[in-house]
Amino acid sequence: MEYAYPLGENATERVQAASGRPLMGITPDALRAGELSFADLQISAETLRAQARIARQAGYPQLADALARAAELTAVPNDELLQMYEALRPGRSTYAEIIALATRLEQMYGAVETGRWVREAAGVYLQRGLLRA
Amino acid sequence: MTRSKRFALLAERDINKETYVEPWPEAGLSVADSPRDPRPSLRIEGGRVVEMDGKPRAQFDTLDLFIADHGLDLAVAEQAMATPSLELARMLVDINVPRAQIQRLAGGCTPAKLVDIIAGMNALEMMMGLAKMRQRRAPANQAHVTNRRHHPALLAADAAEAALRGFAEIETTVGIARYAPFNALSILIGAQTGAGGALTQCSVEESLGLRLALKGLTSYAETLSVYGTERAFVDGDDTPWSKAFLAAAYASRGVKIRFTSGTGSEALMGHAEGCSMLYLEARCLLVTRGAGSQGVQNGSISCIALPESLPGGVRAVLAENLLAAMLGLEVASGNDALASHSAIRKTAKLMLQLLPGTDFITSGYSAVPRRDNLFGGGNFDAEDFDDWAILQRDMQIDAGLRPIREDSALAVRRRAAQAIQAVFAELGLPPVTDEEVEAATTGHSSDDMPARDVAADLAAADRFLNSAITMLDIARALQRRGFDDIAANVLEMGRQRVAGDYLQPSAIFAPQDGSPARFGVRSAINDPNDYRGPGTGYRVEGARWDEIQRVPQARSPRDFIDDNIGQPLPTLREIGPARVVTQPEVVVAVGPAFGASLIRTIGGLSHEDVLAALLTGIAREGLFGRVVKVYHSADLAAIAHAGAQLSGSGIAIGLQSRGTAMIQKRGLPRLNNLELFPQSPSLTLQSYEQIGQNAARYAKGLAVTPVPVQVDNWARLRLIVKTTLLHRRETEAVREQPPAELWFDWEPDV
Repeated sequence: MEYAYPLGENATERVQAASGRPLMGITPDALRAGELSFADLQISAETLRAQARIARQAGYPQLADALARAAELTAVPNDELLQMYEALRPGRSTYAEIIALATRLEQMYGAVETGRWVREAAGVYLQRGLLRA
Repeated sequence: MTRSKRFALLAERDINKETYVEPWPEAGLSVADSPRDPRPSLRIEGGRVVEMDGKPRAQFDTLDLFIADHGLDLAVAEQAMATPSLELARMLVDINVPRAQIQRLAGGCTPAKLVDIIAGMNALEMMMGLAKMRQRRAPANQAHVTNRRHHPALLAADAAEAALRGFAEIETTVGIARYAPFNALSILIGAQTGAGGALTQCSVEESLGLRLALKGLTSYAETLSVYGTERAFVDGDDTPWSKAFLAAAYASRGVKIRFTSGTGSEALMGHAEGCSMLYLEARCLLVTRGAGSQGVQNGSISCIALPESLPGGVRAVLAENLLAAMLGLEVASGNDALASHSAIRKTAKLMLQLLPGTDFITSGYSAVPRRDNLFGGGNFDAEDFDDWAILQRDMQIDAGLRPIREDSALAVRRRAAQAIQAVFAELGLPPVTDEEVEAATTGHSSDDMPARDVAADLAAADRFLNSAITMLDIARALQRRGFDDIAANVLEMGRQRVAGDYLQPSAIFAPQDGSPARFGVRSAINDPNDYRGPGTGYRVEGARWDEIQRVPQARSPRDFIDDNIGQPLPTLREIGPARVVTQPEVVVAVGPAFGASLIRTIGGLSHEDVLAALLTGIAREGLFGRVVKVYHSADLAAIAHAGAQLSGSGIAIGLQSRGTAMIQKRGLPRLNNLELFPQSPSLTLQSYEQIGQNAARYAKGLAVTPVPVQVDNWARLRLIVKTTLLHRRETEAVREQPPAELWFDWEPDV
C-alpha cells in the first residue's frame, strides 16, 4: 500500500501496529481504559515496508534495504533476536551454525532477505577467518 | 640557558598543556595523506566489483567486500569515478549544483576517491559544502545527561531542562552498567516533561542497549561503532554484517539508529595499517551506508585529541563530517568529548560545524557539569549554556539551543522530578523522597543531591530490567498519578514507534502547531535541506530569530540610564550669558545636559559632588572656579575649548555629563589638551579634586604632575551601551546658543 509521509500524520486510520490497532486508536483515553497492550506500540512489517519504499524513492537505497530486513525481523521474538545478533558477532559461530541460522530465518520467519544476508556473512566469515575456531 | 619571561609564560598557557606530534604514517599518525593510502580505482565486471582502490577482489578484506557489495551504488560508480576529483570538489561549493546531484555521484565513489575529492578543498570550502549537503533543512543539537551518582530525580530534571533548552536528542550513559535501566527511564520521563518529543538513548554495551530499546525505554541508539580496518572492527566485537543485523533489529522495533565512527580510533587501537585517518574514516562511512544506517555520529568523537595532535587534524575532522553528509547520512558532528584545554581552540574548532550547521552540531552537548559527565567530560558543559546562546545571537545562527528563563527551568525540573518520584512509587521501586525532588529542582550537580541506597537501587534496577515492564506501563503509571501530559507524551513516543517516520534520515520531532499530533517529525524526507546559496535554505528568521535574540540577559536600552536621570539640580542656576573675565581663575565648562536632563556621571557620582570636588581642588590653590554651561556641542574637546576662551587664565576644565573630563588651555589646538581623563567610570571625587587642583596650578604657571588615573580595560566593554545612551542624551540637549553663566549654590570648606 502507498502512504504519504509522514505516516503518523497522514495515514493514522490505515497504518496499524503489529497488533492490528490503527495509529489513531493509540490515545490517552485508550490507555486509561486499559485497552492498550505493548503489541499496540510495536511497528508492523507492513509499515516498515512502506517506510522502505519511501526511503528508496527519496534516494536512500541502502536504508531501504535495511528497513526491508527490519520488516522481516518483526516476526522474530526479542530473545531470539538478541541471540541471532550474538551469533553473528565475530568468532561466535561455526559456518554450519550461521547457515542454520539463515535457514531458520528463511523457513521459520519467511525472512528471505535477511536469510540471504546471513548466508553471505557465512561466506565472508569463512574466507576471512571470523568463525568460531 | 637564558630564559625569556614571555616564553616561560606561554609555556604555562592552556594551549601548551596539549600534545603536538609530527606525522608518522606507519603508526597511523597521519590525518589525510599517508603514503600507504591507495589511489582511487574501480573495476566492475558483470555487475560485480573486481578491483577497488588498486586492490583486486581476491585480496579484499571484510570491509572491502562489504563496501564493494553494499556500500557502493554501482549504477553511478563508473560515472562518479570518471569525474575528476577537483570537479566534484568544485560542485560541492557551486551553489548551482543541487545537493541531490552530488549525493548521487558520491554514492559511486570508493573510499580513496572520497578522500581525493577532499584533498582539493580548504576549510572554508568544506564548510560551504557541509551547509549544502546537510540532510535536514534546519540544524539541531543533542545533549548528554548523566551524573556520577546516577540519581534518578536529577537525571529526570536535567533531561527536562535539556528538552526545554531545545535539544532534540538526549543521551545518557552509566558508570555502573546495572544502573542503565533507571538512567534510561529517568531521562525518558524528563525528556517527555514539557512539550515532549526529544528522542532518548542510553549508551551501553550493544546487547543491553537493544534490551532497553525493546522495552521502549529508549527511542534511538547511536553507539553502533564501526571502524576502518578489519582488525579494529573485529576488536570492536562486530563485523559489518553483524552491525547491519543489529541496525535492522533496532528498526524492527521502531527504534532509530545511527552508527558511530571517527578519525583516530583505528590508530588508537593499533590497527591503522599505515593508512591515514581520513581514508579509514571514508571506509567507515561506506560501511555505515552499506549497512543501511540512516546516519552517523562522526567527527573523531572520543578520539578527538589524536587528530588534534597532528597538523591538519581539525580540518580532517571537518572533512569526515562533509564526507558523511555527501553520502546522504545524517551527521551528529562531534564537538562532544573534551577536545582542548584552550577555550580559544575548542571554540574555533566548533565554528567549523556551527557556522555551516549540521544535523546535530554536537553529538552530545554536556547539559550537566563536567564532573557529572560520565562520557569523560564534555567539550561544552552546562556552565557554557549562556555562551552558546550568545554565539547564536551574535551570528544569527541556529545551533539548536533555546535561551530559557530560570522560572521555566525550575518548573520543568520540579515536574520531571515529581514524575519520576510518582513512577518509582507506582512501580514499587526504591522511593524518591520529597527532599530529593526539591534538591533535583534547584540543584546543579550530583553534589547537591541527598545520598541514595545504592545497593537497593541496583537490585531494583536488575529486577526492573528483567521484568515485563515496558514504556506502556510507564505511561500508565504517570496517568494514574495525574501526570496526564507526560503520560500522553510518552504514549506519543510509542505511537511514533508504530508509525516509523523517524527511521528516515535525520529525523527529529518538533512540536506541531495546529496539528492533532503532539509533535511532528522533521526529516530529510519532509524537511530536506534545500540550500542553494544566498536567499535559499534554512534561515534564522521569524519566531526562531525572536527566540534566539531574546536572551533573558538582554535589557531594554531605555532602562540603562535610569540611575543617571532625576530632578534637575536646584543648586545650579543659569544667570545669563557667560562673561569673558580677565582675572586669574579656572573655568569649569560643563556639557549641555549637566545637572539638568542628566544628574549623575556614568560612575554614579552626583553632578553636585563632582562640581564641588573640582571647585574644592581649584580653591586649594587659592583660585576661584567659575562654572559655565556649553550648549552648542556635546563633544568634550569643544566644551573644554569654549571654556578656555572664556577663562581669565586661559585654563578650563571641560566636563561632560557622563563624567569624562579634560584640562584645556586657550591657544592649544582643539584636539590637543593638557590632561585628558577618558576613563570616567574610574574617576572618584578625589580624582576630580586633583583635576581641579592641577587646573589651578596650570593657571598659576606652576609645575604640574599629571593626575594619575586608574585604567580599567573592561570598562569600555561593560559600559559601552550606557556610554552611548548617556552621550545621546547629552547630544539631545545641544542648542545653538552661546555658553551660559551658572550659579552653583555651594561654599568651599577649605
